[in-house]
This record gives sequence, structure tokens and C-alpha cells, in this order.
Amino acid sequence: MNTSTHDDTAAISARGLYKAFGEKVVLDGIDLTVRQGTVLALLGPNGAGKTTAVHLLTTYLRPDAGEIRIAGRDAVKEAQAVRRAIGVTGQFSAVDGYLTGRENLMLMADLHLLPKRVGRRTAEELLERFELGEAGDKPASTYSGGMKRKLDLAMTLVGDPKVIFLDEPTTGLDPRSRRTMWDIIRGLVAAGTTLLLTTQYLEEADQLADRVAVLDGGRIVAEGTPAELKARIPGGHIELSFADRAQLEAAARVLGPAGGRDDEGLTLQLPGDARVSTLWPLLQRLNDASVEVEALAVHTPDLDDVFFALTGRKGA
Amino acid sequence: MTTVTATRPTADTDDTRSHALAHARIMLRRNLRHMQRYPSLTLMVTMMPLVFLLLFVYVFGGTLGSGLGGGMPPGMHGGRAAYAAYVAPGIILMAVAGAAQGTAIAVAQDMTEGIIARFRTMAVARSSVLTGHVVGATVQTLIGVSVVTGAAIAVGFRPHANAVDWLAALGVILLLTFAVTWLCVGLGLSSKSVETASNAPMFLMLLPFLGSGFVPTSSLPVGMRWFAEFQPFTPVNETLRGLLTGTKIGDNGVVTVAWCVGVAAVSYVWSRRLYEREPKAG
Repeated sequence: MNTSTHDDTAAISARGLYKAFGEKVVLDGIDLTVRQGTVLALLGPNGAGKTTAVHLLTTYLRPDAGEIRIAGRDAVKEAQAVRRAIGVTGQFSAVDGYLTGRENLMLMADLHLLPKRVGRRTAEELLERFELGEAGDKPASTYSGGMKRKLDLAMTLVGDPKVIFLDEPTTGLDPRSRRTMWDIIRGLVAAGTTLLLTTQYLEEADQLADRVAVLDGGRIVAEGTPAELKARIPGGHIELSFADRAQLEAAARVLGPAGGRDDEGLTLQLPGDARVSTLWPLLQRLNDASVEVEALAVHTPDLDDVFFALTGRKGA
Repeated sequence: MTTVTATRPTADTDDTRSHALAHARIMLRRNLRHMQRYPSLTLMVTMMPLVFLLLFVYVFGGTLGSGLGGGMPPGMHGGRAAYAAYVAPGIILMAVAGAAQGTAIAVAQDMTEGIIARFRTMAVARSSVLTGHVVGATVQTLIGVSVVTGAAIAVGFRPHANAVDWLAALGVILLLTFAVTWLCVGLGLSSKSVETASNAPMFLMLLPFLGSGFVPTSSLPVGMRWFAEFQPFTPVNETLRGLLTGTKIGDNGVVTVAWCVGVAAVSYVWSRRLYEREPKAG
């Protein structure tokens, strides 16, 4: 592959990113492209290099090799220009614990050199939008994990960045806060923001991302839309459970040796999906042979299967 | 290597340089607000020299004052009042050193906060975080010095300084503050933990003792006297004493300026380097 070409219309474009800490190679030459107004999820287990990738893309660290262009600017040579275009919410809370929520937002507004009046209004709007109005005048150190995360993201939005990086935005959040965070993220996307988020949660990538890049051991092992990735792995299957060994034997005779068979668990797996045209003939044949089926489950492939198929490990 | 690449000016540093002042002011406001929200650190570093002042004037002062000999402030003849006049400049230096210790703690504390990582990915002038700390520390030091000077006057210190002397004394205090504050910013940045940062500047509190702060150096045993006469706090102490009480300054003024400018310059470069080096992978 020609590693020097960038897609000039992309909001985020990285070619051949390489980073090592001492002997340990953390990123071993990765390419990433995120088109304007889309969401890329960088999916991978702990230690895959997700955070390092975000650190390089956001100018926090410099790559040992490779090129990064954010909103058309070079992340190493024009770091300050890139910093002006991006918003970053790191994995660890980046709020000032001594300051109140409102003061934290005002601090951001001041650093963006917004006029005082605009800054105050922005802070007010963000507190409202993130349901932090009541806690706005309490020190951020007293906030719960979910509130801190929301304040953190709110601070990232001051200055209206066109490209946003979120490093594991929902790790450690309870299910309700996670839903809230997803809604907020969807809102950003609807407003046309380009987003790169990292996650260990396959469901999250599935829910939020236009494209998913699977990172494992410092390399991108797969990239595509969630649908494309799912299509890459063995299709779905139908699982039949039986009451006893005799019924299992009978069913296996009727259906032939097409699928997998589990004598211990008294189940049969057959390739197939949830369409009536698939299920109907199958059930018809079992019914004709008077085979009693205890339970039937249709398993559609999800990103977990993709992850397992690509990395040989179970996802989170 | 990382340090060199990180400090090399890039094509677009110029336009943030023009924001450096605005950003430094914002960071200063942030630091002052921290001090206001967390006054125990300020209080602690101000209390220490106050306690020493009261201890030395009221407990040891009567005896020490009579033993000052050649170190006797002009026009005084021993006793507690003479010692109060003698020890006051040393106590002021302790206040400066104590505040600097607070700065080392504040800087180390701040570096553990996630918000510093956020600043690094924002178009914020790099120097502004440290400048904010140094200017904030200077404000804090001046408050501490005023309190201590007031207390010294309350216990019998009678400076005979005219307006020019006072201004010069303020200049000396500011110069020393600048030097030890940058030194402590460096110590705070280089410390692996807040505890280390709180212990590292301890020697600064000791230096007034191992100089001319509490007793004339001529009364010290030979080896210690040699150290006392050459360590930087002694010329600063003697300059301040001269300005406030009229003792001879001699070449102490020049030596003071040289020491302070030297320590400040080296510490400034060191601190900037520590701050600009590539952060550890997190």
C-alpha cells in the first residue's frame, strides 16, 4: 500500500502510525481514515493500543513514524492548528476538581478566548444540556463518576470543535449513564461532528459507529461497517435443544449431518437465519418425523463473533 | 531526545505566543482560586515562620540577644529587642522558603490532575501553566512576607528604613522569591509523588539556620562557618538586614543578585524542559 497518500476530504487521516515505548511496540503501523461527519469506533481489548492511538492523533504524544492529518493540518508540524480544530475527552477525568462545574466550563471558554458574555452563555447552555444545572456551582471533586464524565465532555464541546476524540467514553459508567452518554454522542453526530471513539464494548461500536476498526496488538486487524464485519464471519445459526438423547438422535437422522452436534448439551446447530423461509421447512420436517423440540434459538452474528473470529479472544 | 523535539519551535507557535499573556492570566486566576479554595496549604506555610519568630524572640531571644556581639543591630545593646531586630530578616527569608515549598506541593499536585493532560491537547500557550503557578506563588509569598513582617514589628522589630530602602528590600524579596519559586516548580515537576515534592524543598527552610539568619556566622564552628558564609541565603539575609536595619551591606548586594538570577535562570530552563518533555504513556 502506498503509505504517503492521504484522503484530503477526510477529517482524520493517519498513515503508517508507529509508536514504541522503549522496547515495547504499541502501535505497529496503523492507517486510519474518518470521513467528515462520520463516526469511527476503534475497537480492541485492553492494551491493544487504543489510547496511544488517540494520544498520537490528538498531539498529546508524537508518533515515532507515520503521518497524521486532522482537518487537513499536519499533527506534528502544525500541532497548534490541529489543537484548535479538535476536542478531546480522555479516558481519565480531565476536570479541575477545585473548580465548580460552571467555573470549569468558563475556564475552557476563557482559554478559547471567547468574550466573557459568550463564555457565560455557553457554560449555561452546556450545564442545561448535560443536566448539570443544579450541580453547576458545586466543586467538580464532589461529582459522581457519571457527572464528571458529562462535565468532561461538556468542557470538550466549548469552542465547538469539528473533530472530537472520545477515549472509552462509557467505561465505568452505570447502564443508565451509558445510555445518556450514547444519546449525547448521537446528538453530536446529528449536528455534523466527526467523531473517533475507542471502546472495548462491541455493542457500543455497533450502536454508535458508521465504521469500526478492530485494533489488536498494535495493528488494525479489520475495518469496515458493522454490517461488513458481521458479513465476514460465518453466518448465523439455528440452535435446537432436545429433552433426551433419543430425540436428538432422531432429529439428527432427519436433518442430516449438516450442522454441529453437542451430545452433552443435547443440542444441534444448523446454518441458517431467522427468516420464515428458512425455519418453516425445517420445522415441517421435524414435525413430520414426530421429533419433539424443546427449544429453538436463532443466533445472528454480532460484533462479539467478529471480534472472536479476528483476534481469537472473547470480547468484553 | 524527546525534550529537544518538543521544545523545537514549530511553524505555528507564533500565533499562540501572542496569546501567551492572556493564557498566563487565566492560569493565574485558576491558581489563585485553588489557593482560595484550599487555604490550609497557604496557612501552613505562613504559620511555620510565625512559630519560629515567636519561639526565637520570646524563648531564646533574651539570651541570644545579649550574645550577638559584633552582629548587634546598630544602636542596640542586647536583649530581646535587639534579637527581634536581628532575626526578623531571617524569618522573612523563611517565609519565602516556606511559600516555595507550598509551590512545589501545588505543582506536583496539579501535575497529577487530568486537566493538565487536557491543556496539552488544547491550543494553550505551553508556558502559561507554569507562569500561572509562579505568579500565583509570588502573590502568596508576598502575603506571607507581609504577615510575618507585621508580626515581627508587633514583637519589637523596629526597622529604620526609608522609602528607597523598603523598595530595595521588596526587590530583594521578589528576586529571591523568583529564584526559589522556579527552583520549587522544577522540584515539583520532577517529583514522582506529592509527598516527595513536599520533602524535596525542606533544605530551603534549613538554609536560614545554617547562615546568618539566627546567629552571626562568626559564632559558628569553622567548617559550618565556611558553609554559612558561602551559601546563598547568607548574602540575601545580610542585604535585607542592611536595608531594614542599617548594617553594612558591602558586596552582599551584588552576590545576592548574582545568586538569585543564576538560580532562577537555571531553574527556569530546567522546569520548562521538564514540562515540555513528552508525557509518559497513560
